[in-house]
Amino acid sequence: MEPTFDLTIIWAGIIGFGLMMYVLMDGFDLGQGILFMFAPNEAARDQMMNSVAPVWDGNETWLVLGGAGLLAAFPLVYSVFLPALYIGVFLLLAGLIFRGVAFEFRFKAKSSKYLWNWSFAIGSTVAAFAQGAVVGAYIQGFETEGFVYAGGPLDWLTPFTVITGLGLVAGYALLGSTWLIMKTEGEVQEWAYKLTPGLLAALLVVFAIVCIYTPFVDPFVKSRWFDNVSLIWILPALTLLCASWVIIAVKKRQDGTPFVASMGIFLFSYLGLLASKWPYIVPPKFTIWDAASSYNSQLFLLLGFLFVIPIVLGYTTWTYWIFRGKVKATGYH
Amino acid sequence: MELDPLILSRIQFAFVVCFHAIFPVFTIGLASTIAGFETLHYKTANPIWQKLSKFWIQVFAVVFGIGVVSGIVMSFQFGTNWSNFSYATANFLGPVLSYEVVTAFFLEAAFLGVLLFGRDKVPQGVHLFAAIMVATGTFISSFWILAANSLLQTPQGLELINGMYYVTSWMDSLFTPSFGYRFAHMALASFLTAALVVAGVSAWFILQKRELEANKKALSIALWFLLILAPTQAIVGDFHGLNTLKHQPMKVAAMEGNWETRAQVPLLLFAIPDKENQTNHFEVGIPGLASYVLTHDWDGVVPGLKDIPKEEQPPVFIVFWSFRIMVGLGLLMIGFAIWGLALRSKGKVYQNRTFLHGLRLMSLSPFIAVLAGWVVTEAGRAPWLIYGQMTHAQGLTPSLTGGMALFTLIGYIIVYSCVFSAGVYYLLQVFKGGLEKANAPHELEEIERPMRPFSAAHVAIDGEE
Repeated sequence: MEPTFDLTIIWAGIIGFGLMMYVLMDGFDLGQGILFMFAPNEAARDQMMNSVAPVWDGNETWLVLGGAGLLAAFPLVYSVFLPALYIGVFLLLAGLIFRGVAFEFRFKAKSSKYLWNWSFAIGSTVAAFAQGAVVGAYIQGFETEGFVYAGGPLDWLTPFTVITGLGLVAGYALLGSTWLIMKTEGEVQEWAYKLTPGLLAALLVVFAIVCIYTPFVDPFVKSRWFDNVSLIWILPALTLLCASWVIIAVKKRQDGTPFVASMGIFLFSYLGLLASKWPYIVPPKFTIWDAASSYNSQLFLLLGFLFVIPIVLGYTTWTYWIFRGKVKATGYH
Repeated sequence: MELDPLILSRIQFAFVVCFHAIFPVFTIGLASTIAGFETLHYKTANPIWQKLSKFWIQVFAVVFGIGVVSGIVMSFQFGTNWSNFSYATANFLGPVLSYEVVTAFFLEAAFLGVLLFGRDKVPQGVHLFAAIMVATGTFISSFWILAANSLLQTPQGLELINGMYYVTSWMDSLFTPSFGYRFAHMALASFLTAALVVAGVSAWFILQKRELEANKKALSIALWFLLILAPTQAIVGDFHGLNTLKHQPMKVAAMEGNWETRAQVPLLLFAIPDKENQTNHFEVGIPGLASYVLTHDWDGVVPGLKDIPKEEQPPVFIVFWSFRIMVGLGLLMIGFAIWGLALRSKGKVYQNRTFLHGLRLMSLSPFIAVLAGWVVTEAGRAPWLIYGQMTHAQGLTPSLTGGMALFTLIGYIIVYSCVFSAGVYYLLQVFKGGLEKANAPHELEEIERPMRPFSAAHVAIDGEE
């Protein structure tokens, strides 16, 4: 069948949107786990967990939706990324499972509570690190032969990906701390206010390293950024603007703004990354069109996604609306 | 010793999928059971049905929660360990598996919350509707999964171009020749699982003299269902077997432990199949019965494994014995159904302690039977991943080393043992709490606590109150 319009572009938009939603939304609840064991006391931990408990699994919906959509729309991404990141994928899944069940069981546990605390903290941190390493591996590119991954089992684990992994841990922790500023009061909020500048600084250091390193190793990215001064420079500029916005808002003690500004940092760095690599989805060789599935298959699934995405969005909005406002020590009221 | 990534990946897949499969097979049947209780409550306004429903909804919530978590690993394993297979079949498998996800999310977003938490917040009719939709949704989910599996067993509707399959007809590829039989067989298995678990748990409560009126009703219904479902399953299973004989004769040959293509094949009750020497040891069988069952003729010719080279034969011992475990448990279920009927006619069904204790143990039987059945059909397809077209070895991730596969195999075993022993332990706490706890008022919990499937259960995991 001759395509009447380019579904691959539409699917790139859907997957890109899904990933963005995932990073923004699961980011702040993974952040709770990263900060969990540093919390001043058990009551604070209760509050942290309560603040994200109603929404976290809806947030992870986007990961599963994105993963499934990837196999259907861009099978090459699925069949190169997963083997290349084999151990990392395992760590990611194990981390997500441990933190997921901690949500379920910590509320029901009395004497075994400390076990679920650690399960939540370690699981979240490992998952965040693995995701950051995936970003780093994407920037590095993959060794392929034909349409098959041909590198080694630990090619993804380099000093650079360790840095991106730690960077995302810091970044998610930042989303987590600014979320707490927005959603809590008193002691917990005070603690979150204190954490925020340090986490932001750590994230910016990694941001700087990625910005400097990437053009050096990838001539394609270098030419995109430096061959002629273009609109693309507005993205890192906006990222830094958001960063300073976080600082100002924290100084002024504006409860909601630091979270919004932190999301801005993520949004513009993400767009900056996409703009650097576009249209390469399995760098360095394959574009979105190389990686795409057949028109027929993309169309078949598009109908389902057009049906379900508005429902998931509606459900998500409704949940956030129900649980709006500050979370108290005992939970939502 | 050289670690073989192929064997390790197959063990890992089998381990993860077996662990996963027991949860959905239960929730599918249980969702319909709950919808049934809700319907009875709606029609008769008898509070007993609501009591039962409240308890079994708690069980459902916990099992559903565990099933969702273990399912996530499944969807990534295709890519990590079977990337060549995933890539080749993505045009079909991608949309089909995605539709399963879409169904599950739609179900969870729209109806699960209402079923679990909405009893006092929505009109009774709406709550019943949610229960029916959740039950329907679980079937739609299983439709996609079984369609995907059936395509691997009896592929059609696809065209292979440059190493990638293209869908030529969605209807043909979704409704392959084995799909209908597989779906019927699995649907009945899910209902049987629910019937036997409800029967076993109710029998246990009756032995403890707890909530007798409600649990007797539940046991009675479960036994009627068992009486209908267990023999029906045997008939459907027979048709499924004939369908397999037509499309995958070597799987049937392995199930029967039949090496030579010949007439008057005995039905083996016992044997030690020996693939190395292409023969059986210690055979005990009923003459001619396998021929009769498979061809409906005592002199019918049944294909034998020696028709194909040894390396193309499935692992005979595993298939042969898994099949016997499944059929044996199925016959035991029929036996219990008839025993129950006999006791009922004498009015002693709630008094016979041996029977009630037996039912308790039988609540595990459907899970073992289902796993054994899947081993038959999956190991019986070996060495083919897509029957007749792609072997397991061809579908494997080329870059995968034995060490990596061993690492994740051990890893998943550790993760699953930690997480799911906690889950099953918690489930036992819910069972111990019984109908009493499920129907006890719990103060303010609904608004303070987040709305998660587990939140529907109000039992402490470590037993301290």
